[in-house]
Amino acid sequence: MNSMMRERLRVAHYLIAENPINLVAFGLFAFLLLAAIIGPVVAPHSPLATDTSIALQPPSVAHWFGTDQLGRDVFSRVLVATRLDLFIAFSAVILSCIVGSTIGAVIGYFGGWLDATVSRCVDVLMAFPLFVLAMAVVAALGNTVMNVVYATAVINLPFYIRLARAEINVRRSLGYVEAARVGGSGDFRILSVILLPNALSPIVVQASVNLGWAVLNAAGLSFLGLGVRAPTPEWGIMVAEGAHFIASGQWWIVFFPACALMITVFSFNLLGDVVRDILDPRLRT
Amino acid sequence: MKRVLWRLLGAIPTLFGVILATFLLTRVLPGDPAVFFAGNPSMDAHAIEQVRQSLGLDKSLLQQFVIYLHALAHGDLGQSISTGLPVRQELLNRLPASAELTLCAFLLAIVTAVPLGVIAALRPGSLIDQLCRLISTLGVSLPTFVTGLMLIYVFYYLLGAAPEPIGRLDPFMTTPPKVTGFLLIDTLLNGDYDAFVASAKQLILPALTMALFALAPLARMTRASMLNVLSSDFIRTARANGLSWRTTVITYAFRNAMLPVVTTLGMTFSYMLGANVLVEQVFAWPGIGAFALNSLISLDYAPLQGFMLIMAAIFLMVNLVTDLVYAIIDPRAEFEK
Repeated sequence: MNSMMRERLRVAHYLIAENPINLVAFGLFAFLLLAAIIGPVVAPHSPLATDTSIALQPPSVAHWFGTDQLGRDVFSRVLVATRLDLFIAFSAVILSCIVGSTIGAVIGYFGGWLDATVSRCVDVLMAFPLFVLAMAVVAALGNTVMNVVYATAVINLPFYIRLARAEINVRRSLGYVEAARVGGSGDFRILSVILLPNALSPIVVQASVNLGWAVLNAAGLSFLGLGVRAPTPEWGIMVAEGAHFIASGQWWIVFFPACALMITVFSFNLLGDVVRDILDPRLRT
Repeated sequence: MKRVLWRLLGAIPTLFGVILATFLLTRVLPGDPAVFFAGNPSMDAHAIEQVRQSLGLDKSLLQQFVIYLHALAHGDLGQSISTGLPVRQELLNRLPASAELTLCAFLLAIVTAVPLGVIAALRPGSLIDQLCRLISTLGVSLPTFVTGLMLIYVFYYLLGAAPEPIGRLDPFMTTPPKVTGFLLIDTLLNGDYDAFVASAKQLILPALTMALFALAPLARMTRASMLNVLSSDFIRTARANGLSWRTTVITYAFRNAMLPVVTTLGMTFSYMLGANVLVEQVFAWPGIGAFALNSLISLDYAPLQGFMLIMAAIFLMVNLVTDLVYAIIDPRAEFEK
């Protein structure tokens, strides 16, 4: 275990040395985490305070990212929104990762009618364009932040179910599983202690690659007015509000939250690639 | 032929599941459609009950589902509450707008991404390769609605090259008589060259937005797959046997490299169907995505149901076509299943 950790650290070091962009990705990620943690404390203005006398001002020294149509400080809003956007993305991915891999592992291990039924359900889920499905889920459950998390988790579920099912399926009749069964381990123990840890790395890779997509999905939903409600600072909503002003040239209301979104997704995607290279070097492209 | 039939039969249980899922989903949507349909919140309980009965909402869920299936078999998708028109008509009116946009974007993405990926793979590390990498990273990181808004800012506000993003055709232009529903074709059939140019101008920004979104996975997959094939043994053998570089690349490498690309094409198309809603929202495009969003917000069940059904049906069809194309490119695929 220890030598394996050291080996992985060495790969990580190699990857960073080989491609400096990976270092940038780590830096951006650390920066985002920091913004999410201390953002609300260090924001120069209240993200909700309106002052129509200074509405729609371009970026200046007092308001670095300008002000929006209600005179709110765009910089503070972008900063404060980091926590909410990261929260949605992380919790959605973790939720679907845990639930999806559990379902996938169980049906992959036991097979039979359970496998057939669940696989059919997954097929049905996958037959909808996923974003449309997320819209419908939020509409059905109601407009709250948690429902955006659930919707994003639901549309990610099929990937984890399929992945875990396939990984467990190929391993369930391998020698070491037979050995464990002969040694008296029950199904539960075989699944959780012996099989799942072996199937973990492709699942973690999938999760890290999914993060960026989850951010985009949540922002897309709130851009359409589903989920997060209006005065709350959130990148998707801010872009939607700024959209009314882009055709008349007030670019900063859209530009800065859009940049925040782009940087977040960009760093998550790069990190996903790094995690993949460390855990599963065969997949390198 | 037999394979096609089998594949069609295999899609039926999924299609049934899709119908069941859309039916159930719209039943759990909040709001009482009877109250909504009655149109007047001050109506008394008795009147609402009557509306409920006339809508069949007092029956059991199973009965309702059977009635729904029956109507569906006759091509009846129900009525939109907000517009009062049959959903089928509403969707058919708007489908061409969405189809024109999505297909143009898809074509645009294919003709750019595939050559880009191939050239990038032929010259790894070159300028084109870097460009390919840049575009695929950008395309993945940029939300479609942001791309759209940025294009509007640059091409409409700054350069003035694009028209105002308000739908498919300038309101002062005369809309051509509807033949195919595709404005690009209808205007030409009508011989109205100005309207053709105008509608093309309206189309280009949204199509570009969607194409940029589809470009990334396509270019990336083409490049990776082409690199993979180029380093394989049969390419080396072909070169060693003296086949020209052109024959090796086009006949041998390209055809083999297309297999995973075709799969990615199908997936990308389905993502585009979802992204459609966002793009139509940004450009005020009068397609089915925008219509579905409005129905969703006004708790109008039937159009939403119809929209999800159409989307899923298109998606199943795309999957079918992907499989068939796969079998045409690679005859081995036929024997595996």
